[in-house]
Amino acid sequence: MFDKYLIDAASLRNTGPADAPTGFAFEAKLGYYRGLGLSMIEKLDVSIDGEPLAREAVRFDEGGGRTGGALTLDEMELAYDRRWPFGTPATILVDHPGGFPAGEHELTLLQQLRVSYLPFPSINTDRKTVSI
Amino acid sequence: MSKIERGVSLYSFQEEMFLGRMSVEDVVAFAASIGAPGIEILPEQNMPTFPNITDAQLGEWQDMLARHGAHFTCYDMFLDTKLRKGEVLSDEEQVESIRRDLVLCNRLGIRNMRVLIFVRPDILEKCVPYAEQLDVHMGVEVHAPWHLEHAWILSTIDVADRLGTRHLGILPDMGVFMKHYPPEFRARFERQGARPEIAQFIVDQHEQKIMCEYTIYEVAVKMGGNKAEIAMAETLRHAPYANPRRIKDYAPYFRHIQAKFYGMTQDCTDPTIAYDEVIPELVKCGWEGTLSSEYEGNRWIQDVEEVDSREQVRRQHVMFENLIAKAESRLEIA
Repeated sequence: MFDKYLIDAASLRNTGPADAPTGFAFEAKLGYYRGLGLSMIEKLDVSIDGEPLAREAVRFDEGGGRTGGALTLDEMELAYDRRWPFGTPATILVDHPGGFPAGEHELTLLQQLRVSYLPFPSINTDRKTVSI
Repeated sequence: MSKIERGVSLYSFQEEMFLGRMSVEDVVAFAASIGAPGIEILPEQNMPTFPNITDAQLGEWQDMLARHGAHFTCYDMFLDTKLRKGEVLSDEEQVESIRRDLVLCNRLGIRNMRVLIFVRPDILEKCVPYAEQLDVHMGVEVHAPWHLEHAWILSTIDVADRLGTRHLGILPDMGVFMKHYPPEFRARFERQGARPEIAQFIVDQHEQKIMCEYTIYEVAVKMGGNKAEIAMAETLRHAPYANPRRIKDYAPYFRHIQAKFYGMTQDCTDPTIAYDEVIPELVKCGWEGTLSSEYEGNRWIQDVEEVDSREQVRRQHVMFENLIAKAESRLEIA
């Protein structure tokens, strides 16, 4: 649902020192018609040119620094009191020495959600060719 | 005069709201402008601070509705039974979550709550005292592939009858009256690679109401269907056409209708859902409640075209006005 709208391509930026970036970040929305508690977000898989990055490299922050900071995906599964609201961008932070590779590359975000009334997980994928 | 009122669910405008192209107030203003001032809200969609809603926020909502001559009709609840990985909420936690929604529903001044269909009847039974105290009708959503006479739905009705309560019943989603296969579904599967002749076969099978498993096997095995063709055939599992003539038997159990649709034609007819059969039945039995638009076509067309939920909802309400007027005049003649 809303797959092609998930990644905000214009928001992609490197993180860490400008001359030696340690990773990159971008804004994304939740592919669902309502907000969802963070504990029910099972996967935020990030890939570059089809190469998946490690789960441990990805962190999430729905609050722009206001709600207790970025969480690893494992921490997110225990965050019972935080939500990703409908249609609201959140920050996906990725540890990636050197930052996002120079030039155009395909960035993929796969979201796997545990939706209680569905018998199977809800999976949404956005793939965009992006550059910094 | 019929007692059927018209309204919209905010769900209908999920595309524009998701993209930040319409605010909730834009939707309310639009709904009022087409004579559909009854607003169905999904707090988990439309209230970003859910479940923490202050009295000041409640006041802002009521002021906003009043500015446009609109009012709330229904509250769509959710229940996160899978909140924790690998376990299901205990019965007590489920009741507590529903109670939380009943309280917020009551604070919003709403008397109808849409209950997700997967909520167990025995859990709802435990919630009835709260629903009665807060004067909220809990309506279990009758959503495809379930239908009005599915045993799961009847078990909720049995509970309501046994308790003699007016605060538990159902809330039909008109998707259960899918008389014809949605052209929006077919077109999307064709874009994904379904061959036109196979798509036509699936549509023809649905038109004849052949039980879906026959069609799925034909397409998947005998015809060597590709991924898109098999996926299209599998949508038939969720495409029931319940008998509209049975509506009157269940009318005492519902006060609100989710008027599901996937797309309206330019001349304001629904090519898929049998509203031309459903609305006369509602008028005939004197049903009192709100027909609340639930446009769900966006996800089927957003890959190729700009979604215009306003135009779609407008057309549906032109159809409702026509069908209600026609059914009323027929009733007067009779």
